[in-house]
Amino acid sequence: MAPSEILVPGDKRLDIAKTKPTKKGLKQVRIHGRGGQGAVTASQLLAIAAFHDGKYCQAFPSFGVERRGAPVEAFVRISDEPIHVREHVYEPDYVIVLDPTLLSSVDVARGVKEDGIIIINSNKPASEFKLGTKAKIETIDMTSVAMEIIGKPFVNVASLGAFAAITNEVTLESIFKAIEQEFAHKKEMGELNKKAAEKLYKMFKGE
Amino acid sequence: MAKSDNKLKFSTGAVIKEPGSTLKNKTGGWRAMRPVLDQSKCVKCGTCWMYCPEGAIKKDDKGNFVIDYDYCKGCGICANECPVKAIRMELEKK
Amino acid sequence: MPEIVVEASRAIALGVKLCKPKVIPMYPITPQTHIVEALAEMINNGELEAEMIHVESEHSACSALLGAQAAGVRTFSATSSQGLALMYEILPIVSGNRMPSVMAIANRALSAPINIWNDHSDAVSARDQGWIQLWVESTQEAVDTVIQLYKICEDHSVLLPGMLCLDGFTLSHVYERAVVPEQEQVDEFLPEYKPYVKLDPEEPITMGPIAFPDSFMEFKKMQQEAMLNAVEKIKEVNEEYAEQFGRSYGNGLIELYQMEDAEHALLGMGTLVGTARVVVDELRKEGHKVGLIKLRSLRPFPKEDLIKATENLQGLAVIDRHISLGYEGPLFSDVRSALFESDLRIINFIAGLGGRDITQKHLRKALLSLKEGKEGGWLL
Repeated sequence: MAPSEILVPGDKRLDIAKTKPTKKGLKQVRIHGRGGQGAVTASQLLAIAAFHDGKYCQAFPSFGVERRGAPVEAFVRISDEPIHVREHVYEPDYVIVLDPTLLSSVDVARGVKEDGIIIINSNKPASEFKLGTKAKIETIDMTSVAMEIIGKPFVNVASLGAFAAITNEVTLESIFKAIEQEFAHKKEMGELNKKAAEKLYKMFKGE
Repeated sequence: MAKSDNKLKFSTGAVIKEPGSTLKNKTGGWRAMRPVLDQSKCVKCGTCWMYCPEGAIKKDDKGNFVIDYDYCKGCGICANECPVKAIRMELEKK
Repeated sequence: MPEIVVEASRAIALGVKLCKPKVIPMYPITPQTHIVEALAEMINNGELEAEMIHVESEHSACSALLGAQAAGVRTFSATSSQGLALMYEILPIVSGNRMPSVMAIANRALSAPINIWNDHSDAVSARDQGWIQLWVESTQEAVDTVIQLYKICEDHSVLLPGMLCLDGFTLSHVYERAVVPEQEQVDEFLPEYKPYVKLDPEEPITMGPIAFPDSFMEFKKMQQEAMLNAVEKIKEVNEEYAEQFGRSYGNGLIELYQMEDAEHALLGMGTLVGTARVVVDELRKEGHKVGLIKLRSLRPFPKEDLIKATENLQGLAVIDRHISLGYEGPLFSDVRSALFESDLRIINFIAGLGGRDITQKHLRKALLSLKEGKEGGWLL
């Protein structure tokens, strides 16, 4: 191979980004949980599900020192185009609250877009939550479903069923695929999580 | 300025490909005091052989210990350690 | 292999596996750990035929890396922060012995105060120890670069060790899409490791002898020449990689974004470049002629390419994720020194230390400050 010359501005070889990043179609999600509740796992599964829907995706934790019970945040970006931005999610389109007891200590509505949606795991009606935001609040009793189907209060994976139903940003089918992939070594638990996700999906869709 | 004793070729990573090349460096020339072993006193215990830091004491075919003056630097450890005082240090005459 | 969604750390491990290292000495430290954990799993599952050495410190990890490489095999390790600092004694011995070992550095702040998050202080502090340093922006680039590094480092015109520098957490813990190449493709690209010299009882040689004052400088000069050879090699390997895998990163040393008619530009390394792309696009929509230079190779430093790339610029803001305490950002020092003969106005921003998020707002402020003729400073 001939020694390469110095490339000058304008040379196409210097611009790798075939598609220019844009905010069009970019959706940002913030998941609130406590250390050990699986918020980070949920973010990863959501990213994988979005990928199976043909989207670009990015999932990352809030990079804390993990301690069981401490408030934890995880972020997801979903887009039709490559995602270049690497800052934290400051203005989420969607917020998922896995544990309603967080509401007393964490401002889960922080930065959420006015036309965004906050999904809270709770058996109370949405009207009972005053979060000082114009964003829509949806409540769904994830814990009861998890207790009924999984037998333990594991709502992180199941919550994605509710997310799919409420936001239509991912398909339930892709969430199933993501669960099967990530629970390949724990098939039984994967199946239970799929069932719980499906039940939450159907609960919201009124099926 | 200190000079290298081995003329290092400027090989990649300063690797010396010739094995045992340090044998070319005859350190016997550094000696000021010369150990002289009296075979009639020697009990062949091997203490000098064990203590010599340069490996300059060898055992010959008859089991006698002999000093290799090509490499002995004359430190005197052998004379100091010899339990029967069979090694004496003499001024090197060159 | 089709595209997958994968954590960057795991993706790097998959890339390393494709290069078939035979010895992987490791010592765990956050945020590097996921890389070697994944490799341990692959060895355990029989997917990778390699010896993993669980050493008692990073000092030993680097020593074992050197020893194994000297015995004639391809090696890999990974570390972060104080782990790299503890390797410091051995780093110049690996490079001085001209051993082409490859190591991933998941960049993390040096303590104190204790901090596990990203900045560039660990690897930038080690930039003078004779290791090639390639800094990456995305999971895809990390996989591609680790494969490229082996080829660059092992080339007989180079024979230097290399560091793959990736932002700890900000990249190492991100899940995103990436294509992991096929084994056959990598086998074709990266030939089996043939050491230029190795320790072998059948053919004994001496490694690591003393070099007296009458020869030491010549050996250092040879290392510098090897680094200069690496400038061309990095470009060449980047092009070869593009031919075989369809992906390249600028010219291998730097990557330009929206620089064709840019008047003002940002320069930085690592993940902040991704965020900067978005900022440049936004500012362009508002009518600002701004651009971006990604520095991929910190050592060797691409002086000539930087001079070319900045010819038509009016101003350049250098973002350092590290500070040389008592002076300024070290990247800024390097860039300004390279561009000493140009009239370009260059300012420096210190940002993102100890995991402080570098936001679009920060980078927007840096570019607008530059354009308005303001000074640099700290992006807090």
